Amino acid sequence: MGLISIYRLRLRRKYLLARAFRRRRQIRPVTNRMSGLRPQPILLFATMRNERIRLPFFLDYYRNLGVDHFLIVDNASDDGTREYLAEQPDVTLWTASAGYKQSRFGMDWMMHLLRRHGQGKWCLTVDVDEFLVYPFCETRPLRALTDWLDSAGSRAFSAMLLDMYPKGAMHEQPYSEGQNPFEIAQYFDSGNYTVRRNWPYLNLWIQGGPRARVFFQDLPKRSPALNKIPLVKWDRSYAYVSSTHMMLPRGLNLTYEDSGGEKPSGCLLHAKFLDRFAIKAEEELRRGQHYAESHEYRAYREGIANERDLWCMWSEKYINWRQLEILGLMSKGNWA
Amino acid sequence: MTVGIVMLCHTALDRAAQVARHWAVHGCPVVIHLDRRVGNADRDRLTAALADLPDVRFSARVACEWGTFGLVEATIEAAVQMLHDFPQARHIYLASGSCLPIRPVAELQAHLAAHPHTDFIESVTTADVGWTTGGLNKERFTLRFPFSWKRQRRLFDTYVQLQRRLGIQRRIPAGIVPHLGSQWWCLTRSTLEAILKHPDRARHDRYFRRVWIPDESYFQTLVRQVSARVESRSLTLSKFDFQGRPHVFYDDHLHLLRRTEAFVARKIWPQADLLYDTYLSANADTASRLEPNPGKIDRLFAKAVERRTRGRPGLFMQSRFPTKTHGGNRSAAPYGVFEGFGDLFHDFHPWLARATGVRVHGHLFAPDRVQFADAEAVFKGGLSDSASLRDYNPRSFLTSLVWNTRGERQCFQFGPGDAQEITSFLAGDPNASIMVVSGAFAIPLWRSGRTVPEIRAEAARLQKIEADFIALLNTQETKARARVWTLADFVEDPVEPLHQIVDDLNPRAPHRLTELPRMVDLSGFAEFLQELRNQGMQPVLMGDFPASIDMDRIGKGLSRPQVAN
Repeated sequence: MGLISIYRLRLRRKYLLARAFRRRRQIRPVTNRMSGLRPQPILLFATMRNERIRLPFFLDYYRNLGVDHFLIVDNASDDGTREYLAEQPDVTLWTASAGYKQSRFGMDWMMHLLRRHGQGKWCLTVDVDEFLVYPFCETRPLRALTDWLDSAGSRAFSAMLLDMYPKGAMHEQPYSEGQNPFEIAQYFDSGNYTVRRNWPYLNLWIQGGPRARVFFQDLPKRSPALNKIPLVKWDRSYAYVSSTHMMLPRGLNLTYEDSGGEKPSGCLLHAKFLDRFAIKAEEELRRGQHYAESHEYRAYREGIANERDLWCMWSEKYINWRQLEILGLMSKGNWA
Repeated sequence: MTVGIVMLCHTALDRAAQVARHWAVHGCPVVIHLDRRVGNADRDRLTAALADLPDVRFSARVACEWGTFGLVEATIEAAVQMLHDFPQARHIYLASGSCLPIRPVAELQAHLAAHPHTDFIESVTTADVGWTTGGLNKERFTLRFPFSWKRQRRLFDTYVQLQRRLGIQRRIPAGIVPHLGSQWWCLTRSTLEAILKHPDRARHDRYFRRVWIPDESYFQTLVRQVSARVESRSLTLSKFDFQGRPHVFYDDHLHLLRRTEAFVARKIWPQADLLYDTYLSANADTASRLEPNPGKIDRLFAKAVERRTRGRPGLFMQSRFPTKTHGGNRSAAPYGVFEGFGDLFHDFHPWLARATGVRVHGHLFAPDRVQFADAEAVFKGGLSDSASLRDYNPRSFLTSLVWNTRGERQCFQFGPGDAQEITSFLAGDPNASIMVVSGAFAIPLWRSGRTVPEIRAEAARLQKIEADFIALLNTQETKARARVWTLADFVEDPVEPLHQIVDDLNPRAPHRLTELPRMVDLSGFAEFLQELRNQGMQPVLMGDFPASIDMDRIGKGLSRPQVAN
């Protein structure tokens, strides 16, 4: 790795930071409930559009883990998302009307908020359909993890995206408000992931799972990245490069051990494949506001049109984090 | 007579206050040393919280940076005050603010009363100590450490390296034999007084001021000069991970803590409400204890360290991705690769599956699709039979397959017609057993019925690929167990190698094969090879194939019931 390419990464980081700063006025505050937060709060950052029905479970899930405050950007919802969020005592809300795509799929807004409010704090950046599980999550709150990461001198914690899906067609099992989505989407693929190093950024590039298996058989290269670094002790100099898949400075991407051992890691259970998915896919295609020319959604539409069931006889039924750890999807590392 | 508690506190002061109160109400005087770096507001809150307890005192404050003499000074300050203020304290127990008594205080008092002259302090010579990390144990005493390990790591490391290279060493003062041990001890009043009032105390302090992590060596070393009876173990349960940081106990460790023989545990996560409630509640004395089994705790933490340093071999995932030299070219379990056998025998797959009981796949790397056993479209773990998915990352495909099927031996066919990118991994994988009958790829060509001019180019291409693979297997870097027979040699005596293969794959199988696979009738194959030569190709991998082959003999050899030997 030459000096020039290192310098190029630095320029890239500066560019991302500047871009987030330039777009800071695209989001307008709706409510601010951040006063009176405890010192060193754990913050959750999210951007969303028309997710009203998912919100109650989402907020409760992360409240239970010990998130102290939610910083959310609502991207022009018209289904009551904004009104619902504005009522929540632990949500600080912004609203954005500008294009999702033009703001790097909301990441510019997220980064601006992270920079403004996340400095020196543990920040969790997730989508509304991503649910973090980490070692011991049913007995130890998130703060136990961040305290431990602090004592270990870690700044970032990786959690691979694990696509969850139901058995049978998605539209047959409607999701109702407040319901645990994993009562429906109970299954996942346990061992068909590809891992390789992404050189200049040093991160691991993970693909695979049911999406690759069903939708991207012929174009594996285009299948979505599953590596994520959602939990970071933020510093104003940090930048997310593409979604939360990788970061700069690139040292933050070294959430894995390359000399044989295992670092602790978690999973983001991905509740994307519910009955609302087909509707959502249509809508997103129409708006053309998603990654890679909505290629992903186009593949889904074809897949769904053929009524492909994501379930197969080797699908694994989700039990708990220990199961994921035994299957080798996540690790306790040296946290005992 | 009782035990006095010296508590070193710097964070989670509300918990420290709770614990200090617990000690005090159970009749143990407490002297608290509060790190000078703690702010005055926090100090005031702590003193206010304990103001109603006459037997809780505060000592003069010293800044305690980890790894420095400040921690020893703090201990000395508090210990001196303890000896002076509480003459009834016969033993002095050193604890921290994040320690939690996990057995009734009365049991500790009884234990100490039964051993009135024993010093409980882990104290091990540097030669025998096994737990220091970072390679510094003897050198803690012989090098100088002017830089902070936490804040000036690079300078710290560089200076250590420099001293090693130049061979500069401090002289250890006469009379001092370096010992190391857990920081948390319980000493008798007389021993502690003897250390603190030692005529050479000033000299000792001067020396230890420059020793690395003196809190793990000051008392541990000096106790050997003055104590009549050292029991070298700590009464405090304290486990360290591979980087020397203490493991933390959480609520879910309660069942483990119930099984320990130690009196105090360190360190407790400040928000472990269940642990604090259980052990500090009024009826803590009756908190149920289980049969002691300290090994269980040791195993738990030893496993955690092993997972962090070694991990699960053959697993490639988001937080384990070893480089080639650290096991990056290794799968999770042994597996077999067979090249040429499927071409030479009519029924090699089913025969192998029957004879060994292992999972036998077809050509996993076939160009059109993955041939899983039983022609499944999806295999264990959700592996797809799509060739393009497989070829996107063949290494991940194979390591996933082996990982997913842990506990069940896998075998598959391979050949020059397959996707070859995986070969370098196969050759480098110590878990691979690769069996090759070289030149067998020509058999299906011969049997295809096509004319020799038509297949000449194809035969040459396959021969080149197979020759490259065999060459790869013969290089120095190859870690796989590889066996290569030429077709001619193999056909000459097929029984012995087949026996070997079965023994290899399933050592517990009966040592007698009742049945052998059916070989393709090779009468006329020699002429085919000659024809290839005539067309300008040089078939070499088949070996010196006999011009006339007695299929009858071979057929008999194969089908004849084997005699046990």
